[in-house]
Amino acid sequence: MNLTLKIWRQANANDKGKMVDYPISNISPDMSFLEMLDVLNNELIEKGESPVSFDHDCREGICGSCSLYINGEAHGPDRLITTCQLHMRTFKDGETITIEPWRASAFPVIKDLVVDRTAFDRIQHAGGFISVNTSGNTIDANTIPVNKQDADDAFSAATCIGCGACVASCKNSSAMLFVGAKVSQFALLPQGKVEATERVLNMVKQMDEEGFGNCTNTGACEVECPKGISLENIARMNREYLSASLKG
Amino acid sequence: MSGILNSSIGRKFAMALSAFFLMFFLLQHFSINILSVFSPDTFNEVSHFMGTFPLVQYVLQPVLIFGVVFHFVMGFVLEIKNNKARQISYAKNNGGANSSWMSRNMIWSGAAILAFVCLHFYDFWFPEINTKFIVGDMSGLMDPNNAESGFRYYEELQHKFVDLWRVALYVIAFVFLALHLLHGFDSAFQSVGANNKYTKGLKRFSKIYAIGIPLGFIFIAVFHFLNH
Repeated sequence: MNLTLKIWRQANANDKGKMVDYPISNISPDMSFLEMLDVLNNELIEKGESPVSFDHDCREGICGSCSLYINGEAHGPDRLITTCQLHMRTFKDGETITIEPWRASAFPVIKDLVVDRTAFDRIQHAGGFISVNTSGNTIDANTIPVNKQDADDAFSAATCIGCGACVASCKNSSAMLFVGAKVSQFALLPQGKVEATERVLNMVKQMDEEGFGNCTNTGACEVECPKGISLENIARMNREYLSASLKG
Repeated sequence: MSGILNSSIGRKFAMALSAFFLMFFLLQHFSINILSVFSPDTFNEVSHFMGTFPLVQYVLQPVLIFGVVFHFVMGFVLEIKNNKARQISYAKNNGGANSSWMSRNMIWSGAAILAFVCLHFYDFWFPEINTKFIVGDMSGLMDPNNAESGFRYYEELQHKFVDLWRVALYVIAFVFLALHLLHGFDSAFQSVGANNKYTKGLKRFSKIYAIGIPLGFIFIAVFHFLNH
């Protein structure tokens, strides 16, 4: 395949940045998208140019590192996949592919296609955990009865890998699908209910302080989420938050 | 509780509550207006009741105006805040791949409705307030000195839909209203946390409401244009 890549290049956080065109040839349709970028970077290095920086780690769709906005969609045009699971056969020979970083004020660009997603970490630190005494007397979780539907829903919410595609896809750069998933994951289980009130209040407060936008229920996040996190999690977070606010 | 209206979710909740109120009002407004098609006398009677009953005039009307102003102001405030959350736009963005046009353009359909509300107030509400509270005529009669002259409401309604341009503006506004409701109706339920086994049915009902009510208003406007 012969392609033209239009890639966002930005030397550092303070650089203005711009789109740069890179023609690339002899790309196998069976390559993953990241492998194609590896090929490009090898060519750039051979030419003495700076390679394109992009986040990646596991390359099997579970770490949430890869974060590219490809042809106007987070993780590209396919559904329920991360960028590393996107293959070049998705594109046509001769196509121009636009590659950009996640765009959100809360996710500032560090370099090229790499953005700072530590806002998600700070939201997690604000309450995305349960305070369990692990000094040797922890009760086996399997001994606590859990409704099957609740267990399934909690598990589905817990599959969120925190990649940020929800923020990137949302026209308002809202992080509510991410926060909704993290709140739901614990709110549905007995172990998480103990701290449910302060968890949702603190996580939402942190989310707002990070500068994410508000959810207007477009549903773009759910469509683009590589793990298929449902909008039900946002509704659950709304209920949890309103109920927690009334409690105190 | 104190910070709830300063939070993103609290604002969504307030926006949804005002939306529920306005959607209920819209249904009530339509129910009265459709009477003008089937029974001008009943329409006159109900209009006079709504225009003079103290609970409607001095309690519900101010609440309604507050609801309308709140919904518009909060909508624009949230839009400004949301725009700040992404200060650099994508060079290429394929919004149509993951969301409806209606959901992405609520601010524009809302702005069109706001423009229509201004026209509608100019057409009906301001003259009504002027007649009742400035001129001081609470009779609702075409000739306040002649009890036999009959109520003026049906006559005024028909008179407004004589001009084609006004009917066209109303029809366009109702199309925007339908587009706004197509996303707004079930979005309001999601904002208050109602996403459950009833959501599919609710979405179907929301389509019926979102298309049916504006279509009904269009029918009324066109009916009076053709029958004046």
